[in-house]
Amino acid sequence: MYRYDDFDRQLVLERTEQFREQVKRRLSGDITEDQFRPLRLMNGVYLQLHAYMLRVAVPYGTLRADQLRQLGYIARRYDKGYGHFTTRQNIQYNWPKLAEIPDALLDLAKVEMHAIQTSGNCIRNTTTDQYAGAAADEIEDPRPYCELIRQWSTFHPEFTYLPRKFKIAVTGSPNDRAAVKVHDIGLRMHQNDAGEVGFEVIVGGGLGRTPFVGKTVRDFISKNDLFSYLEAILRVYNRFGRRDNKYKARIKILVHEIGVEEMQRLVEEEWAQIKDGSLRVDDAEIAHYIEQFAPPAFETLSDDDAEFERRKAENREFANWVRSNVIAHKQPGYAIANVSLKPIGGIPGDATDTQMELVADLSEQYSFGDVRVTHEQNLVLPHVKKADLFSLWAELKNANLATANLGYVTDIISCPGLDYCALATARSIPLSQRISERFSDLDRQHDIGELKIKISGCINACGHHHVGHIGILGLDKRGKEFYQITLGGDASENAEIGKIAGAGFSEAEVVDAIESLVTKYLGIRETGERFIDTYRRVGMDPFKEVLYGDR
Amino acid sequence: MAIVKNDSVIDQEWVTLDAEADLPSGEENIIVPLARFKEERETLIGRNGGLGVQLNPGDAPEDLANDLDRLSIITVNFPAYTDGRGYSYARVLRERLGFKGELRAIGDVLRDQILYMHRCGFDAYELKNDDDVSLTKVRAALKEMTVYYQPTGDGRATAASLRERRRAALKSAS
Amino acid sequence: MSLQVVTANRLDDGLVVFLTADGGWSENIDQSRIADGKEAGDALLAEASVPELDTVIVGPYLIEVEQQDGGLVPTKYREVLRTKGPSVRQDLGYQAG
Repeated sequence: MYRYDDFDRQLVLERTEQFREQVKRRLSGDITEDQFRPLRLMNGVYLQLHAYMLRVAVPYGTLRADQLRQLGYIARRYDKGYGHFTTRQNIQYNWPKLAEIPDALLDLAKVEMHAIQTSGNCIRNTTTDQYAGAAADEIEDPRPYCELIRQWSTFHPEFTYLPRKFKIAVTGSPNDRAAVKVHDIGLRMHQNDAGEVGFEVIVGGGLGRTPFVGKTVRDFISKNDLFSYLEAILRVYNRFGRRDNKYKARIKILVHEIGVEEMQRLVEEEWAQIKDGSLRVDDAEIAHYIEQFAPPAFETLSDDDAEFERRKAENREFANWVRSNVIAHKQPGYAIANVSLKPIGGIPGDATDTQMELVADLSEQYSFGDVRVTHEQNLVLPHVKKADLFSLWAELKNANLATANLGYVTDIISCPGLDYCALATARSIPLSQRISERFSDLDRQHDIGELKIKISGCINACGHHHVGHIGILGLDKRGKEFYQITLGGDASENAEIGKIAGAGFSEAEVVDAIESLVTKYLGIRETGERFIDTYRRVGMDPFKEVLYGDR
Repeated sequence: MAIVKNDSVIDQEWVTLDAEADLPSGEENIIVPLARFKEERETLIGRNGGLGVQLNPGDAPEDLANDLDRLSIITVNFPAYTDGRGYSYARVLRERLGFKGELRAIGDVLRDQILYMHRCGFDAYELKNDDDVSLTKVRAALKEMTVYYQPTGDGRATAASLRERRRAALKSAS
Repeated sequence: MSLQVVTANRLDDGLVVFLTADGGWSENIDQSRIADGKEAGDALLAEASVPELDTVIVGPYLIEVEQQDGGLVPTKYREVLRTKGPSVRQDLGYQAG
């Protein structure tokens, strides 16, 4: 994993000092709230419904054990003993005091962490595949490039006052677990005809009020040229993105309004001017970063572990957990273990300080001190020996972290919603809890198979409902919460924006509505079809019928 | 109001004319908006007296490419400090078009943006405060961060270049 | 009859507060100064928006309230939540006592 050198440390410390001064000047009245707001946002400090919220960056979703442990400490020392993992692989704290935040940032700096640019009209956290460096289907580990992007985008003097926020995601696998097609820039690693690994550049994806799947602006850019190319895109956006209307200011609107060909032309024209300049990264530097993410000292093992097989045969609960939560690893004898933050009836993505500290300890014991955060609000221990999975599972189970539901109907993605968020129009968490409870039976969940439900508490879509197989959008109708269902969304390489099924449902009706959709799917699916596959085969009508047939 | 350039407060030597104002008959130093410069170019460059152009958000700095030698100053207006277009204009002027004159940030110029402005090529800042406060703010702003990840035309060594230097030094030492 | 009070977040800790009769800020909505009608509401908000208060509170705005059981209850659910805390964590916020 990337380790800070003295330059990185100095930068974060200087930023912490800078923000401490800004907070002081705010508290003393030297600067107004209007002047302070963009500054605090660029340090991840929101003002929410009940209190401030601090969003700490987890760069490309990768954590070391000491970092996760410190996140637990921060939750205890500065907050109310818990944190929330988000759909951008970050962590949020819901109750920090403004005056104490500089101290919290200093404590984060001690473990090479920060809250830089997790909000504001600047380049945000670059996210990636949670199985990077471990997945069997990976072309190349995307994280060295994520780290280079992180540095290029941090305190970029030209791109700190963009028309709107800017989000970049990278996938190193053809199975896109990073949702690159619904980001402002999505980068998909692949090989060209010459066998070189480079990036497809996809621009203008996004969710929110006007969701779009991104468009390919360039099929292949080399690793050496990636950063000058990104700079060209950002410069075009900074100059030509709309600034007249907050809801039309993302790059997706620019691409939609001028068309992808014109976007390509502008970017290529800009890029031609800068491609041979100082942003070109040479092979030696790339090699240096790849080295930072070298695989851990794996033992040479057989992929068959008799003990592991025996445990599965003897312990049904363990076998269930392996079946859903354990993923194939590229290294024989190892596996990727998903740690569910979706206990039945729980708050999706929340973890207590004790749970965070436990997972940190477990990562040291079982996963080379390596932990990941997923954009579906779970954690991952990416390098676990098959022989250790049973002991790991037993410990996770004790801490309510072993729910065997990865990708199942109760593995719900939900934004914080009106319970926490000042932007929300409806609560989302209680709905996720009711759905989770309705489908709690694990055998039933397994039978249903992969079904991604994503819930947003307002049109800003932080719950990514547009790309849920079933998406739910919480709205306000004459003072009452009501919920609109979308179907057929997909965040993968087959990205799709879901379609609205029809009129919305009350809080009392919506869980039944979801259940009727599931029942319909079970009734008409063909062998091997997931919910999304059946939907793609039969279309909206059969599902609309069960929702509204007798209305 | 104070203008800070090169670590001191300087006098306002320029009159900025809007689109309608008459051109002065004498040799005053004048700044005109880009649109007016394009319309009345011949007259303006034919005058005696200093000439500058003001860029507003939405302008194309490339329009000045052939006339940069004639301009002593370009002011870039930030009507709201959240409108970041001026940063790109500055970099294009300095790094691509090679503008050597004074590049002054005007409008909603606050302490917290000055370092970024400097890195993008600005060398003068018009602040709304008095002389002493303005100078203090600019000095403080320019000292706030000493590590830079991205190369711009400002000549500051990036972390990457320093790292490379260090690696090379270690190599030759061994 | 439209009763309104002014609410905001406290600058230093971000907690929800209400403008009181004596011009202070209380965590308890029942201590709010009530404005009756649009004009009184606008005046109340103006009082809460003076620059001097920029170091005390952030983002003041008017909310509609009703009198219920000797106390004040906002008419909008969002504002009710602000007087209590997250509905999904009864152990957090003002509702936790």
